[in-house]
Amino acid sequence: MRVVIMGCGRVGAQLATMLEQGRHEVTVLDVRPSAFSRLPASFHGRKLIGNGIDQDVLRRAGIEAADAFVACTQGDNRNVMAAQIAKHIFNVPCVVSRIYDPIREEMYHMLGLRTISPTKIGAELLLQAIEGGRAGE
Amino acid sequence: MYIIVVGGGKVGFYLAKELLDEGHEVLVIEKDEHSPRSTFIAEELGDVVLKGDGCEAATLEAAGTGRADMLIAVTGDDEDNLVACQVARARFRVPKTMARINNPKNELIFRKLGIDVTVSATSAILNQIEQELPTHRLVPLLHLRGRAGLEMVEVRIPAGSRIIGKEASDVLLPQGAMITLIVDADGNPHLPAGYSVHAEDVVIAVSRVDAEEQLRRALTER
Repeated sequence: MRVVIMGCGRVGAQLATMLEQGRHEVTVLDVRPSAFSRLPASFHGRKLIGNGIDQDVLRRAGIEAADAFVACTQGDNRNVMAAQIAKHIFNVPCVVSRIYDPIREEMYHMLGLRTISPTKIGAELLLQAIEGGRAGE
Repeated sequence: MYIIVVGGGKVGFYLAKELLDEGHEVLVIEKDEHSPRSTFIAEELGDVVLKGDGCEAATLEAAGTGRADMLIAVTGDDEDNLVACQVARARFRVPKTMARINNPKNELIFRKLGIDVTVSATSAILNQIEQELPTHRLVPLLHLRGRAGLEMVEVRIPAGSRIIGKEASDVLLPQGAMITLIVDADGNPHLPAGYSVHAEDVVIAVSRVDAEEQLRRALTER
């Protein structure tokens, strides 16, 4: 698969590394060149500086031939905008967007985006851990 | 009408002011509480500012977005304007949403996602500039060294120019300007003597810098 990842934070870098280990072709996009230092030295995918809500930047990242697009910058709005551009302008088959705000996440899920809210998932896992811990007492 | 304006920058401020003057009920949502903007708007326009993130459902709820007739998002970030309009439409059923866009290329995605009206200042300014710029420009090619004020320039002959059909060496030029070569549409060079000018020919001329505008007009005007 050819995958474009927007945002090379901890999650983006980790995902890029994992995808590459799975022999996928990865392009990582970030506005800050320093962000790429999170990638391991062994990373051979493409690193591109630019903002993923700019269609020209997405084209340069190879969005037209991409099988999947992942938006995982720190900004919810940037993520949903880029994801919607990937889906509706470039018809990328698989588009996933990270959205911290659970309310916005729910809304964009209803509007047909594939969304993941780390806030919701994180809280649920913590809750399970606490309840599981008490059950073991 | 009840109109919500997201973004209390310069655009938001003057927009709110105009809308209030026209008798509408207006609420400005501004995120940055540390900026002097919201205080300024409140001082100038009265109690019409809500501090908060206009992309967050909770803020829009507090703003009474459910009864708004229109939401206009005019922050400096296209992604924030898009999300504010989408939340207003999808969650609060606001009948009309408008967005300011900064990157003209974003017009299509906004339209596809159902934003009713987009306003791009960048496009508007570009259009204005294009109208003000002469379409058939004179392009300086080379500054002739040692000859103060002489340049070699290029002008493309527009369809409708009054010199079309005339012999290039007979064209009346300003003092200090001279046609040296004409390149036709197929890329063939011609000397001015005995060559009649066609549309889309490129004229290479030597001209004094202060005569260039006159030269351009002599070659391109109808």
